[in-house]
Amino acid sequence: MSMLTIFYTVLFYAASGVLVIGLVRKIRCYAITPAPLKIPTTPAPTTAAGVRWRMAREVVLFESLFKSSKWTWIFGWAFHVTLLLVVLRHLRYFQEPVWLPVVLIQPFGTYAGFAMMAALAGLWARRWLVDRVRYISTPSDHLMLALLLAIGLSGLVMRFIAHTDILAVKAFVLGLMRFDWQPLPADPILLLHLALVALLMLIFPISKLLHAPGLFFSPTRNQADNAREVRHISAWAAALDKKA
Amino acid sequence: MATAAFETPKLKSYPVIPLVQVGAMAHIKSFPAAAPIQKTLGFPEALVEDWQSKAIAKMGELLGKYKSLQVYMDACVHCGACSDKCHYFLGTADPKNMPVARQDLMRKIYRRYFTLAGKYFPKLVGAVDLTREVLDEWYSYFNQCSECRRCSVFCPYGIDTAEITMAAREIMDSIGLGQKYTNEIIGKVHNIGNNLGMPGPALRNTLEGVEEDTKDETGLDIKFPLDVKGAEVLFITPSADFFAEPHIESLIGYAKVFHAAGISWTMSSHASEAGNFGMFIGNYENMRRVALRVREAALELGVKRIVVGECGHAWRVAYSFWNTLIGPFDYLDPRYPVPQHICEFTDDLIQRGALQFDKEANDDRIITFHDSCNVARGSRMGNMPGGQFIIPRRIITSVANHFYDMAHETIHENTFCCGGGGGLLTDDLMELRVKGALPRVEALKNVVDEHGVNFMVMICAICKSQFTKVLPYYGFNMSMVGGVHQLVSKAIRLGDK
Repeated sequence: MSMLTIFYTVLFYAASGVLVIGLVRKIRCYAITPAPLKIPTTPAPTTAAGVRWRMAREVVLFESLFKSSKWTWIFGWAFHVTLLLVVLRHLRYFQEPVWLPVVLIQPFGTYAGFAMMAALAGLWARRWLVDRVRYISTPSDHLMLALLLAIGLSGLVMRFIAHTDILAVKAFVLGLMRFDWQPLPADPILLLHLALVALLMLIFPISKLLHAPGLFFSPTRNQADNAREVRHISAWAAALDKKA
Repeated sequence: MATAAFETPKLKSYPVIPLVQVGAMAHIKSFPAAAPIQKTLGFPEALVEDWQSKAIAKMGELLGKYKSLQVYMDACVHCGACSDKCHYFLGTADPKNMPVARQDLMRKIYRRYFTLAGKYFPKLVGAVDLTREVLDEWYSYFNQCSECRRCSVFCPYGIDTAEITMAAREIMDSIGLGQKYTNEIIGKVHNIGNNLGMPGPALRNTLEGVEEDTKDETGLDIKFPLDVKGAEVLFITPSADFFAEPHIESLIGYAKVFHAAGISWTMSSHASEAGNFGMFIGNYENMRRVALRVREAALELGVKRIVVGECGHAWRVAYSFWNTLIGPFDYLDPRYPVPQHICEFTDDLIQRGALQFDKEANDDRIITFHDSCNVARGSRMGNMPGGQFIIPRRIITSVANHFYDMAHETIHENTFCCGGGGGLLTDDLMELRVKGALPRVEALKNVVDEHGVNFMVMICAICKSQFTKVLPYYGFNMSMVGGVHQLVSKAIRLGDK
């Protein structure tokens, strides 16, 4: 087996490990940190079912962002939806046989790739053109967009210009999953694409990409407005009651 | 006055998002608290020797105690959705008054000391050391936030800058850097029982005076009871209602409602304050200690219900936090919500036909309603979401004929802060208060021009004080400001009439 294959095999095991362990640790931290007070941003739903509906609207439609800024919403929502389609399209590399829904989604995933590039370009343009957003942008904000654009562009190049041996890629991926390691084609664009994806996985649990799990734990969104009906008390606050 | 001269912003007929002016408000520095005040609240009397490590340790403690802080430090993606939502940014153009930038003052420290990326690649993620300059910046800009939560409405992750401001003030207090205005007031509540520092006998005197004036006005024996054991209702109101204008007009309104409904009520000299500035400094223990007076008074007086007067942050604390802080209220009548807002109380009586009004008495007024931020975005009234918008307006239209709302993007949960909430209602922040009122005053000017509005009512003692002070800067008369129960007071039918 070539050094290249060994390097990428190790890289993806490491990246997967960091991604999973990092996210589990973060999610655990969010889950166990108490919320001592009722702070839903009102008007808020008064029942758990209502909270699930509010959260679903935030996750699927980006409702608050829509209220806030239509341009950011258009680019941001389009990016996330197209990213989802592209990721679903890539599931075919992880399955044998391939599920029917993944087969059906293939053409949409292709076009979504272009829309994703456009949306990312729009998000990046805002970082330069809107003076307020320019002020708050850090180098990592720019690099994150560059990283996503580079992943998307390298993928589109392989799809439309310089095809790679996708059967071999699939064998490599399935080999990773089955611990039956297969050679990775030494195609520079493919290697770039995969390396950047691994980088994205590595930085996910230590970067602003934590907004994804964070949203589910945001007390202003995930609490029901029932403070008068149900006494809400955290362990450390209850301890104060005992002391008094 | 201690503050330098400044220019009042020009009112525009439509909202304009300003271009950022770096450092425009960097000179703002609210007066710090003196040693005795800090001591009363259980904080170090002056900046401690090893303040830096103490501050980081405190931040670590708070990250473990508050889910909001932990999640909000991580979740921001710098999308800019909040960047044009804060009234202080809109009024001052200082980019550090954008919610995201205010949060980043803490986030850059969080990243430096609590994240891998910030420890090893500080420049990349905008992480910095906690230096004296950073601390000074914290003191300036975390005392330029009114904790109004408007940003949290628009953030795609619900990030609430108020939570971060509260944590920052808590950290600063814990190392001996407190703000004079807020901490002095909390001290007065601990020592005397209310924000004004008005002792029991003075309060009794004041209420007797109001009682006499009300008798002169109405010819009726309308009571303002204090410390009456066995009363049905314990009424908790901001102490400004006892003497400030126009607050006192609403106090008279509450008394008339109780009188007309024939419900026995009492105020308490022990719990003579609805306000709870403990929330403003994010200090759970002080907030709880202030709130405990209400529980003690309710038990002592043996009341069945607790009703809260017109006060924004007080209602947030009462509605959202009391059950946590001083509950359970199993000793009160379970048929009524605990606590109940005076607007819920009055509205309920109106809906049941128990109160009658001469609406024409308010015909000289063309009215608009200012939603106070803590009521709008941090609490509720009635039994459905948004009741806090419906109920006060339903009272207004029941007692007056001419009512017009301001533009929809400036009311309900989109309402703009008065500019003086969250512990900023102090003369040493007058420039900030005037400029922060700009978005609200612009919306007000539009209904003044369009409908001839001459009276803006509200249900918050801080809003009332703030507007009476800042409206004149914009060429409006301070007599435009009033309370909902001021209108009720004017129109309510009493006695046998």
